[in-house]
Amino acid sequence: MNAFAAMLGRELRLALRGGGDVLTLVLFFVIVGAIVPFAVGPDKALLERIAPGIVWIAAFLAMLLGLDRLFRPDYEDGTLTLLRHADLPLSAAIAAKVIAHWLVSAVPLILASPVLTVLLAMEGDAFWRTVLSLLLGTPALAAFGAIGAAVTVSIRRGGLIAPILIAPLSIPVLIFGVGAITATQSSAALLFLAALSLMAAALAPFAAALAISSAED
Amino acid sequence: MTDRQVFPPLALRAEGLACGRGGMALSRDLTFSVEPGQCMLLRGPNGTGKTTLLLTLAGIVSPLEGSFALQGSDDDSPMLHYCGHRNAVKPRLSVRENLEFWRSMNGPTGIAADAALAEVGLGKLRDLDAGYLSAGQTRRLALARLLVSLRPLWLLDEPTAALDAAGHELVSKLIDRHLGVGGLAIAATHDPITLPGPGRLHTLLLGAEA
Repeated sequence: MNAFAAMLGRELRLALRGGGDVLTLVLFFVIVGAIVPFAVGPDKALLERIAPGIVWIAAFLAMLLGLDRLFRPDYEDGTLTLLRHADLPLSAAIAAKVIAHWLVSAVPLILASPVLTVLLAMEGDAFWRTVLSLLLGTPALAAFGAIGAAVTVSIRRGGLIAPILIAPLSIPVLIFGVGAITATQSSAALLFLAALSLMAAALAPFAAALAISSAED
Repeated sequence: MTDRQVFPPLALRAEGLACGRGGMALSRDLTFSVEPGQCMLLRGPNGTGKTTLLLTLAGIVSPLEGSFALQGSDDDSPMLHYCGHRNAVKPRLSVRENLEFWRSMNGPTGIAADAALAEVGLGKLRDLDAGYLSAGQTRRLALARLLVSLRPLWLLDEPTAALDAAGHELVSKLIDRHLGVGGLAIAATHDPITLPGPGRLHTLLLGAEA
C-alpha cells in the first residue's frame, strides 16, 4: 500500500510541477465548448439540444490530449522496465498511474464544466447533471485511454494511434454520458455510465500491464 | 570477509542459453553459473549481445533457446536489480524524491535514501531537481537505487558509463560489498573492474566465435 501511495504521489507531483500541462487541458476543454456556439450560429434551441454532446466531445478530446504523457516518458527513460521488477505488481503501479491521470486530467475538467454550461446556455438543472455525468463517465475514458496508451507505447508517434484504438471503446461512454445530461433518461444512463467506469477501471490495469510487458520483448 | 551473509545461498545457472532480439540470435549456447559472492563480467565488442543477455536474465526478453534459473529461491518476490542504459531518473523531482520513490517501490530493505546518496557522492545535491544532474551524477543516482533495496542479483549494464575515475572505484567498491554479503552480480562493461580476493571475478567473452 505504501508503494501504491508512493506511485500516486510521484505522478501527482510530476503533473503539478509540470506547470502548464493541467491548465492546457482545461483551456482546451473550455475553448472547444466556447467556439461551437459561434460555429452553429444564433439558434438557442439547437444549441440547447446539442449542448450535452458538445460537453462530452470537449471532455473526450481534452482527455485524449493528455494521454501520451501517461506512459511514454516512463517508457523512454526506462522507468517501466524497472517497474517490472518492483515489489509492487506492474498492474497495481499502472492502477495508481491511471488514478493519478484521472485526478489531473478529468477532475480539472469537471471543475471547469460549469463555465461550459454557462457558455452553452444550458439551464440550471442541467448543470448538476453535467457535473455528475462527467464524474461518473470520465474514469472509463481514463481507463480505456490507459489501455490505448499502453498498447502504443513502444510505437514512435504512437500517441496519434492511441485515439483510434480508444474511439470505439469510448463510444458507449459518450452515448450514456450525453444521455445522463438529457433530462428524460438521466438516472438509467447514470447507472450505465457508472457500470462502464467500474468495468473499465477493473480491466484496464491488467490489460495495460500485459501490453507493456510484451512491448519490450 | 567479515560481512555477514544477508541473502539465501542463491546461484544463477544457465544451460545452452541463446539470446537475440528481433529474431536475430546474438549469442548461442551459453552455459555458465554464478555462485554467491561471485561477479561475472560480460565482455565483447559492441553488438555481441551483452545487453540482450542481461535483458534476457532480467526476464524482459525471452530466451530463444535454453534456460536459466536462479536456484535456491523459494518465493516469488523480485530477486534482482536491473541497472540499464536508461537511468529512470525523473526531472522535476528532487534527487532525494527520485530515490525515495524507488525505495518505496522496491521495498525499503536496504540503507536509508540519505545514506545511499552520501555513499554515491550526491549527499549535498539531495534537494536539487534531478533534471539538473550531469550524466555522471545521474548514473550515480541510478546506482544509489541498488543500495536502498536489497536484492541478491545485480544485473549491471555498463555501470561505469559516464562515470569519472572515482566513479569507477565506486562501482568496484559497491560490487565488492554486495558480493561480500553473499550477493551475485553480472556486469557488462568495457572498463576494468578489479575486486580484491581470488575467485570472485570471472569473465564471459561474447562474440568470440565470430
